[in-house]
Amino acid sequence: MYMMWLNFPGQPPQASTFSVEWDYLYYFLTALTIFFSALIFIVIFYFAIKYRRRDKNEVPPQNEGNLPLELTWTIIPTLICVFVFVWSAQLFIRASSPPASATEIFVVGKQWMWKIQHPEGPREINQLHVPVHVPIKLTMTSEDVIHDFGVPAFRIKRDVVPGMYTTEWFEATETGQFHLFCDQFCGMGHSTMVGTIFVMSQEDYARWLASQLNSKPMFVSGERLFQQLGCNTCHTPEGKTGVPPLEGLYGSEVKLQNGKTVVADDAYLRESILGPEAIVGYPPTMPTYQGQMDEEDVLQLIAYVKSLGPSGERKATKQ
Amino acid sequence: MPTDLRRPTLADAHLGAVPVAHQFDDFEQQTGADTFGMWLFLATEILFFGGLFCGYSLYRNLYFDAFTAGSHLIKVKYGAFYTVLLICSSLTMALGVRAAQLRRKNSLTIFLILTWIMGAAFVFIKLRYEWYGDYLEGLAPSLNWAPNHESMEMIQHFHATVPHVMLFFIFYFVMTGLHALHMVVGVGLLTTLLIFTRQGKVTGGNYNWVEIVGLYWHFVDIVWIFLFPLLYLIGGRYV
Amino acid sequence: MSTVAVEATPTLPEVHYLNADYGWRSWLFTTDHKRIAWLYLFAITGFFAVGGLMATLMRLNLVEPQGLLMQPSSYDKLFSAHGLIMIFFFLAPSIPTVLGNFLIPIMIGARDVAFPKLNLLSWYIFMTAGTVFMLAVIRGGVDTGWTFYTPLSTTYANGHVLSAAVGIFISGFSSILTGLNFVVTIHKMRAPGMTWFRLPLFIWALYATSVIFILAMPVIAITLALIALERVFHVGIFDPALGGDPVLFQHLFWFFGHPEVYILILPSMGVMSELVAAGCRKRIFGYSFVAFSSVAIAAISFMVWGHHMFLSGQSLYAGFVFSALTFAVAIPSAIKVFNWTATMHKASVSYDTPMLYAIGFIGLFTIGGLTGLFLGSLGTDIHLHDTYFVVAHFHYIMVGGAIMGYLGGLHLWWPKMTGKLYPEAWARFACLLIFAGFNLTFGPQFILGYMGMPRRYSVYPPEFQVLNVMSSAGASILALGYFIPLIYFTWSAFKGPIAGPNPWGAKGLEWTIPSPPPTNNFDETPIVTEEAYAYGPQEAHVG
Repeated sequence: MYMMWLNFPGQPPQASTFSVEWDYLYYFLTALTIFFSALIFIVIFYFAIKYRRRDKNEVPPQNEGNLPLELTWTIIPTLICVFVFVWSAQLFIRASSPPASATEIFVVGKQWMWKIQHPEGPREINQLHVPVHVPIKLTMTSEDVIHDFGVPAFRIKRDVVPGMYTTEWFEATETGQFHLFCDQFCGMGHSTMVGTIFVMSQEDYARWLASQLNSKPMFVSGERLFQQLGCNTCHTPEGKTGVPPLEGLYGSEVKLQNGKTVVADDAYLRESILGPEAIVGYPPTMPTYQGQMDEEDVLQLIAYVKSLGPSGERKATKQ
Repeated sequence: MPTDLRRPTLADAHLGAVPVAHQFDDFEQQTGADTFGMWLFLATEILFFGGLFCGYSLYRNLYFDAFTAGSHLIKVKYGAFYTVLLICSSLTMALGVRAAQLRRKNSLTIFLILTWIMGAAFVFIKLRYEWYGDYLEGLAPSLNWAPNHESMEMIQHFHATVPHVMLFFIFYFVMTGLHALHMVVGVGLLTTLLIFTRQGKVTGGNYNWVEIVGLYWHFVDIVWIFLFPLLYLIGGRYV
Repeated sequence: MSTVAVEATPTLPEVHYLNADYGWRSWLFTTDHKRIAWLYLFAITGFFAVGGLMATLMRLNLVEPQGLLMQPSSYDKLFSAHGLIMIFFFLAPSIPTVLGNFLIPIMIGARDVAFPKLNLLSWYIFMTAGTVFMLAVIRGGVDTGWTFYTPLSTTYANGHVLSAAVGIFISGFSSILTGLNFVVTIHKMRAPGMTWFRLPLFIWALYATSVIFILAMPVIAITLALIALERVFHVGIFDPALGGDPVLFQHLFWFFGHPEVYILILPSMGVMSELVAAGCRKRIFGYSFVAFSSVAIAAISFMVWGHHMFLSGQSLYAGFVFSALTFAVAIPSAIKVFNWTATMHKASVSYDTPMLYAIGFIGLFTIGGLTGLFLGSLGTDIHLHDTYFVVAHFHYIMVGGAIMGYLGGLHLWWPKMTGKLYPEAWARFACLLIFAGFNLTFGPQFILGYMGMPRRYSVYPPEFQVLNVMSSAGASILALGYFIPLIYFTWSAFKGPIAGPNPWGAKGLEWTIPSPPPTNNFDETPIVTEEAYAYGPQEAHVG
């Protein structure tokens, strides 16, 4: 009990590049709040004392209002709002655009645990090991309800929604262990759907990766799944009539049947595997794989397709 | 009480003793409040249907092929017939309001009965023939969802997927169902109005009751005018 | 400086609405808006007690990081029921159905609302809804939070989601009918000479609230109907596995949900204007700005729902639009605060309990409103979203704003409702206790949120304990503060000194008739010839 008061909490750790930028805006808004609250409090107390009722029958002189004053306290808050809006929107854009060089890590939320996989293969549950000073992009989806992947020390948070991929990114600046919370209420185990982020020096991280035996890179597992599910009977390297070639597909532009053009990204591939007739630009000859694989399997397959492109450095496995 | 600040009252001028509730000063204030209340109720109704229209728009946009296929699976002849029926019933309802204003008790009765018949026919045909037919064809999600061979061909023709076509049918049943529920309420209101008319209460002064029920009736018809093209005519389908 | 005469030895009228008729039938079948207000007062006080008890248990559980009292599943049911009861069965009806029912006809010079029977029907619908919902709670509760997010509520939750949703669905119709009744009353029942710009600002605020009732409640009704459909038939409207979109639910829910927040605070702002005017004996500074800001808030409130969903995967551009509109809705609220403050300038400020609540409201609402900027800003919302910062923010608005306004209004009009005075010293003490307890409860939660503690957690990491203990200690003070008025109000209804028609020396039609008022309010329809709050001659006019 005594120790509790010694460590009186005031600020969460500032452990990412974004957390510093975020805190500046937070400090500004806090100062703004304190300033205006104090202003209102002081004025109210001053008026309440100076103009207190001295006689129970007194009526003060009346005052209808004052247009310049009204305009002043309409325009000044508006200007402050515009300023805050622009600043915070910029911050949001930065938080929503991971750098192209970011290392990708995959997250699947499930009642009530976080399943995480590194492209090199290692899988973790409720733990995430990352190297310091390297931008990390998280691609996330959920097996069941909506979850939310939040790391207070990095000031990042994003909903993890079933049926779609959401992303967030960070670049850790300090080594250590930090909280991972599920921030969207997801049922009985919500408050135990927590974990730890281990930020390690780059050498330690490399050592940690190497120590994860029995793990194959995601695209290798994806390739095996590709064969097990019989995908390679149609998706041959030579290409069959009406079957799209997978080499070089990832990142390329695909024309849909309704005439629109989309980029073949993670979401497109996921949709193509699970609900093929819906959006892809090919005759619906491929069966849906909805219900036959979980979100983690889909991620392996996407990793495999990704490894085949964009320049097609690898070739699809022959039958 | 100095009454000169009040607007002159229709009730005093034309009708003699018409019951005015204690909270109102005069008959005109009472009828004004009643009619305005119905307009506000219709505003609520618009938002009530609005939530469904939002969901419908989203999914129609996402799964246009499936919605086109679904639209081709329901019978446009019913939709067209309902549309004619409801437009005619709106006409007889409007004529009923006119008859009430002119205090013609017998022609009001006739117009109300005609409107009643068309409303009841709508509900009956919808339940007995259209919905029951859909049910037998295996097009009722959750209750009997097993599209037959022809339906599957239609779905494949539009490159649609079965779950998304099911989504269309959910919206079809929920939206037309909510509309049909309003029709049932409307037919009930017409029945009450008919009784009051025969008792002489309507032409005896409360003719605005017909106007209020009429507002409701026209609103329900207008909702159908939106539902018909949205559900039955997707993808330029006219036959 | 002119004066008003405050009566020296007031007496009770011989016949008034309370003693005009006796027996339980005269209450349960009454169509008198003043008696219906009492029916609501008893009902919502009961709901407030239940919701408050749940809050107390939650705060008690959070004293220990591992949970002092209960399993997580029980905690989930507690916070879900606490939110739903407080929002749908206490706060939303509080000011409109108690103070609004009692005062709207009197303030505009009418004998009753436009549809008295509909008014009674609304109460019965409300009680039916409350019964259905409470049965769901007793039979095992609902564990989805008050937001019913899909697919948790439709597929995964084990609680009595269906019957709880039915309860809320029914309560929506009670609110719709009340709103409809009020709007028609304000449009059609005003006394001769009571023009729109002579209306008390309380009426403006309730008018805006009623419009939101009419336009927002049907959306939640149809959304809950879809939830029920999905839960019973598993048809896939919100299920991604079947092609449905779980985020569509959030759009529909918050299209209702954010206007709902203004349903809770707008009436309280209306009460504030009355408290400040009566407490200062002054016309509200910038009357038309305060009046139009209510309408502006109601209008913009329908266009900001997406600010609850910045992180839910909606597009970046939607986020920009919703964030900008959120800032736009902040401006009218700021205008109100500045105008109330300016009204106190050169006023005759009383230290009676209603004015103390008014001062407390202005302070707490300012903090609540400004911390809303943190959450309406796209960037800062990232870290604070779904943390205790959100909890603290909306409690500053809901409890520090809405409940302070409700209690302040109850203290101002209690003498009118009962004809009796309450013990002023006790009332002031309770007000200060509530103010102190409130700040101790919810102030630390801002820091907790910044530290990153997520909301709806029944267990939490140990470093958050000290702030949680502070918050729980504050909650016990707050609970005591709410208990005291219950006792002295009950005492005063029976034994309190006689108030007289106008104990505050305030302006307004309600203060011109006896306390308690006669059943028909006015023996003769009043003719209004002056502005609202006409305490004396005007010195300056706004351009």
